[in-house]
Amino acid sequence: MNLHEYQGKSILKSFGVNVPVEIVADTPEKAVEAAREIKSETGMAGWVIKAQIHAGGRGKGGGVKLAKTLNEVLEISKEMIGMQLVTHQTGPEGKKVKKILVGQNVYYPGESETEEYYMSVLLDRDTGRNIIMYSTEGGVDIESVAEKTPHLIYKEEIDPKVGIQPFQARKIAFRLGLSGSALKEMVKFAMALYNTYESSDSSLLEINPVMKTSDNNILAVDCKINIDDSALFRHKDYAEMRDLSEEDPAEVEAGKYDLNFVKLDGNVGCMVNGAGLAMATMDIIKLSGGDPANFLDVGGTANAETVEAGFRIILKDPNVKVILINIFGGIVRCDLVAQGVVDAYHSVGDIPVPVIVRLQGTNAEEGKKLIDDSGLKVFSAITLQEAADQVKKLVI
Amino acid sequence: MSILVSKDSRIIVQGFTGSEGTFHATQMIEYGTNVVGGVTPGKGGQTHLDRPVFNTVHEAVEKTGADVSVIFVPPAFAADAIMEASDAGINVIVTITEGIPASDMIKVKEYLKDKKARLIGPNCPGVITPGETKVGIMPGFIHRKGGIGIVSRSGTLTYEAVDQITKSGLGQSTCIGIGGDPVIGTTIKEAIQLFMEDPETEGIIMIGEIGGNMEAEAALWIRDNGTKPVVGFVAGRTAPKGRRMGHAGAIIGGKSDTAEAKMKIMKECGIHVVESPADIGKIMFEVLKKK
Repeated sequence: MNLHEYQGKSILKSFGVNVPVEIVADTPEKAVEAAREIKSETGMAGWVIKAQIHAGGRGKGGGVKLAKTLNEVLEISKEMIGMQLVTHQTGPEGKKVKKILVGQNVYYPGESETEEYYMSVLLDRDTGRNIIMYSTEGGVDIESVAEKTPHLIYKEEIDPKVGIQPFQARKIAFRLGLSGSALKEMVKFAMALYNTYESSDSSLLEINPVMKTSDNNILAVDCKINIDDSALFRHKDYAEMRDLSEEDPAEVEAGKYDLNFVKLDGNVGCMVNGAGLAMATMDIIKLSGGDPANFLDVGGTANAETVEAGFRIILKDPNVKVILINIFGGIVRCDLVAQGVVDAYHSVGDIPVPVIVRLQGTNAEEGKKLIDDSGLKVFSAITLQEAADQVKKLVI
Repeated sequence: MSILVSKDSRIIVQGFTGSEGTFHATQMIEYGTNVVGGVTPGKGGQTHLDRPVFNTVHEAVEKTGADVSVIFVPPAFAADAIMEASDAGINVIVTITEGIPASDMIKVKEYLKDKKARLIGPNCPGVITPGETKVGIMPGFIHRKGGIGIVSRSGTLTYEAVDQITKSGLGQSTCIGIGGDPVIGTTIKEAIQLFMEDPETEGIIMIGEIGGNMEAEAALWIRDNGTKPVVGFVAGRTAPKGRRMGHAGAIIGGKSDTAEAKMKIMKECGIHVVESPADIGKIMFEVLKKK
């Protein structure tokens, strides 16, 4: 589960990670109020205003702006709240900005130069251990750093038995070239950041940039956080932060039926039991000359209700020209799935596109007979190859 | 011969009296699996499916001589159940449970490091040695005893491969679903090592998917040590980057964990990579015939 920057920062703060003075606002008036409050707290004018959407690359899309006066705060907020922000991660339609984060300008002058670093905590799947990844090259796209200057990215592996140790945090701080009070602050920062990651059951916690301010403070200026969905049962407070409006409506709808759905942009819809078989089905659609319109795993309980929900969700997509249902019956009985398809046909009403039903495994023959005898415009198949051939015929 | 489990395996079910445990234990017993009892804390002393229920895995092992455990415990308690099985001396721990927090599995993996127990899963269909024992949730009837070892990160896609193998006239020595999570016990490479050492296995099928580095690791090992033909498939060539495709571990992170990249390295290492999942059985049959 992804969270907004402001939500992530509230979690960071709760574990003692320093963040800039910031206040979230959903109207221009509240933004100005927030800016005043920040000024009175920091004693400094000058603010940064950031659109709160679940996507990176906000700066380039016009979702991060500096304001020098309260009037500018008002003008920028008016413009930003309600805009469709387009970044390289949102798709061409962009995402509607509903909230903005007003923060202190962290580039204030002081005794030393400001510096920006990169730091993230994530799982290294090869070792099954968490690592802290960090770099002197902060504030830029880390993937391009990895490509051009991979030697500037460092990794620190954390032993699950004892968690992060101070010597590791010191190593990080020294490698980043820090000394004096900034070094001490960075040690505290790295320890707290790792502890946030572990305690919050995050699967990714990325701070880019981590900033050393001119008065040698270390701050998390941005925050990308992803909480492990499987651990949400023990973090009810984070689960409540979920912003459904940031997610695809069809995916949210599917979630209500315990269906695992991912929207894609092809022309062949599919409904499959099991994630691996669902991906393989998408692949075979492509090999047959079509393009998958979605990933949909109906899980271990494919029945009339889930099949019907699946139909309704897939049919919302006007690009879908054919639907392929691929069920390998194990625990799930194919005759029951077939009955589900027949029932769904009647309850959904008009299904305007041809449907291919491939049933294999438990009671597959009985299922095929049910489909064939139903009189519906449904093409049945037994083997995966037959299903692929049907797709080929129907999409070309 | 077979790997991991055989007709001599003595199996206990953790989460025995729950609905999942009850349903699948019944299916396993019908298949002929030697289920010697089960564990549900607080229900020790009862009898369930004509088998004894124990409070602890230790007691179950002591009284029944169990050496294999299959776990149907809910996600919040599953990590604990795995460690308990290991501590009680179980050799093979098959964890079916889906949705265990990754942070729990990181600790479990560390805990098991210097223990003798081998973990299969979690979030997997289990292990079956056809005609001998079924330790998991796969449909038994599609399998047939034979010489093909199958290792896969998936559930139903494994059944698909099994079915194709059976219909091609071949059969399976052992089939292992290793699970779709980012942190799992036995890897593809480890399963393949076991198959290479098993005299009954003549050919191996490996089914991977997007995310992680496990297929490449196995491919490199096969290149240097392989003695038997391997047919491979990787699901998710059409999956978009950065989206989780059902399995917690099925997510493309970078350039090296796409299906294309994995298929490429597998081909380079001498694995017979099939483009279409409909051809897994056919290609395995042809490869063995040529041998």
